[in-house]
Amino acid sequence: MGSATEYNRRDIFKRAAGIAVLAAGGGSLLAACAGGTGGSSDKGSKGAGGFNLSDAKNPFGVKEADGLEVFIFDGGYGNEYAKAFEAIYSKSYPGAKINHQTDKDVTGKLQPRFNAGSPPDVIDDSGAKQIKLDVLADSNQLTELTPLLDAPYIDDPSKKVRDVLMPGTIDSGTIKGKVYNLSYVYTVFGFWYSNKLFKDHGWTPPKTWAEFIELCGKIKAAGIAPVAHQGKYPYYINVVMMDMIAKQGGLDLMKRIDGLDAAAWDDPAVKTAVEAFYQIVSKDFLLPGTNGMTHTESQTAWNQYKAAFIPSGSWLENEQLASTPADFDMAFLPMPSLPGDKLPFEAIRAGAGEPFIVPAKAKNVAGGLEFLRMMLTKEASGKFAQTANSLTCLKDGVGPEVKLKPGTASTVVALKAAGANTFNFQYPNTASKFDEDLQNASGELMAARIDPAEWIKRAKESATKNKTA
Amino acid sequence: MRHGKYPFIVGFLFLPIVLYVGLVLWPYAQTFGYSLTDWSGQSQEMNFVGLDNYAKLLDDEVFLGAIWHNLLLLILLPLVTILIALFFAFMLNVGGKGGTGGIQGVRGASFYKVVFFFPQVLSIAILAVLWGAVYRTDGAGLANGVLIKLGLADAAHPVQWLSDPDMVMWCVLAVLVWSGVGFYLVLFSAAMQGIPKDIYEAALLDGAKRGQTFLKITLPLLWETVQTAWVYLAIVAMDAFALVSSITPGAYFGGGPDHHSELISTYLMRSFLRNGEAGYACAMGVVIFFFTLILSVVSLWATKRDRIEY
Repeated sequence: MGSATEYNRRDIFKRAAGIAVLAAGGGSLLAACAGGTGGSSDKGSKGAGGFNLSDAKNPFGVKEADGLEVFIFDGGYGNEYAKAFEAIYSKSYPGAKINHQTDKDVTGKLQPRFNAGSPPDVIDDSGAKQIKLDVLADSNQLTELTPLLDAPYIDDPSKKVRDVLMPGTIDSGTIKGKVYNLSYVYTVFGFWYSNKLFKDHGWTPPKTWAEFIELCGKIKAAGIAPVAHQGKYPYYINVVMMDMIAKQGGLDLMKRIDGLDAAAWDDPAVKTAVEAFYQIVSKDFLLPGTNGMTHTESQTAWNQYKAAFIPSGSWLENEQLASTPADFDMAFLPMPSLPGDKLPFEAIRAGAGEPFIVPAKAKNVAGGLEFLRMMLTKEASGKFAQTANSLTCLKDGVGPEVKLKPGTASTVVALKAAGANTFNFQYPNTASKFDEDLQNASGELMAARIDPAEWIKRAKESATKNKTA
Repeated sequence: MRHGKYPFIVGFLFLPIVLYVGLVLWPYAQTFGYSLTDWSGQSQEMNFVGLDNYAKLLDDEVFLGAIWHNLLLLILLPLVTILIALFFAFMLNVGGKGGTGGIQGVRGASFYKVVFFFPQVLSIAILAVLWGAVYRTDGAGLANGVLIKLGLADAAHPVQWLSDPDMVMWCVLAVLVWSGVGFYLVLFSAAMQGIPKDIYEAALLDGAKRGQTFLKITLPLLWETVQTAWVYLAIVAMDAFALVSSITPGAYFGGGPDHHSELISTYLMRSFLRNGEAGYACAMGVVIFFFTLILSVVSLWATKRDRIEY
């Protein structure tokens, strides 16, 4: 009883304070409104107007009376974690009504609302039906997040938010020089295998591509398909090909590819990597039928030990929870090295993904920014790791009290080994049509309908075509 | 009475006209308007670009390919569906052994009617799951499983169905025909039951065989229904969006592999929702509009016959 009364009393105090803030901040409220409905003169970023970034408690001027609408993509990570975040928000702003929305089809649900000028306040814009971020940014629909990066970090107000993020987080939120999204989930990409299967057969995970191909021969001889991929969506196999190119050609080549520099495709590293990769196809190492399988079908076949390796990001473990055998012992493998690689074997594609955005025309932009700031606390990050089996973009965001599953634990080890050697392609976020062309070409390559030379030619043509657009 | 005729009629039609203009004509007009802009589809900002989008369409290989795929469906879907539906409807209603009890369908006709109509009650979502399982590209797929068991397919290289660029359109056509035949079977059956039995009996007395009764009696008397079916199926063929976008490869609205099952509608949706080219997509919408319009007019004109009274 006692604690309940105390809670109520605290609640009353907070509400009173909220009203005081509301009264005092009337001027800035009006200013914010003017900014929010400025129509065509509003260029997406509100600047620092109305923000008091030295205030660690409430830098964005959140008004408790304003409700907050949160929209979460209901995909590999589910949406339960967001309820934990909303609880954290409610602790500070108990008066705010929180509207929790979730769906798989982000475009279907939200495009009409963007067009009507009344989007939710925070959106996890992800999944197959994601609204492309380059498109949103080009239409001035996103709040620039620099104020968030410069705001005090809640767990330690002496630091700024930008100082506690994993490397690459800000880069992956940047479109044409401005930061528009908080890519919250830290994902590593590579091959995955079952430690149990490897131990049973006495196989060692390969470090070089030559070893990889040799092992694939042994795996095939053992009656198991060496490689599966999610062929209906060539996105996944592109991870393998593009990572081999990046490792062979180095970060400079990767940046040129991201920048749609057509000449990058003439680099000999591209030819070396793609031709080496193509041995998977020419030696018939693919799981029969994998070229037409969905992610669910192929990953489940892999879980059933029908294939040894499958490429994916680290969401794989959470996505496959239901079909992974208890003793599967999932493990991560960086892309094996080719002779003359510019990056070491330990280098991995890693980066922040799962973009969270605050629409420029949201009703409660301040609340949206504050919600993102609260997501970047140890408490929220730990909750995420527990409910979604994945790491966040907060540095050391998972305390020792959080117990990780084998696949996620193996990514922590791989990330430590990689150190500063992480890289991440940006073109899937910044050049949608180029990405689509590349995926189509890869689908053709995997089915041996085109050869590596033709694949490179198509990539080059698409880069040329989309550069100007 | 003459005096107030038009205000009287307009008074009755006012609400339907408002609804029709607001919900049908106005959106069409808007689509025409947007097709002349570079609208991204995600904001209220746009610039007028004249006919640029249409010029771009003429050079767009993916779009031209999509038109061919639509044309293929347009010719084959009505033809195959109507032929099969007519054949079944004839067999079920008047194709039975004549002689003893007058005119009747084959034995078990009422059972077959239910069976054939069954696909019609399945929603597209269920169709997609069902045929996804049939066309699965590994040995676990129904079609591949059967073929491998029969020794007609190689387990190490199963048939790729929807992932094979040469097969994908035929696979799609097969699903559309399978799901459409039932409805047109029932449509034609209903029309056939409206044909007086004495005509058939007279033909039988004159010694007509099944084929002759079909060609000389059933088909001419059903012509109006066939004509309607043709227009409906042509419209389905111009669209076919839901099925293609849900069963063919490709992350955004299917159309794969490598645009080999791309339809105008799937390309339209991808341009609109993913690539931020809503103005361009609206231009495609306008093209579909005119295609469908022209086709309806042409097919109504081409299938015109004098109405037979009976």
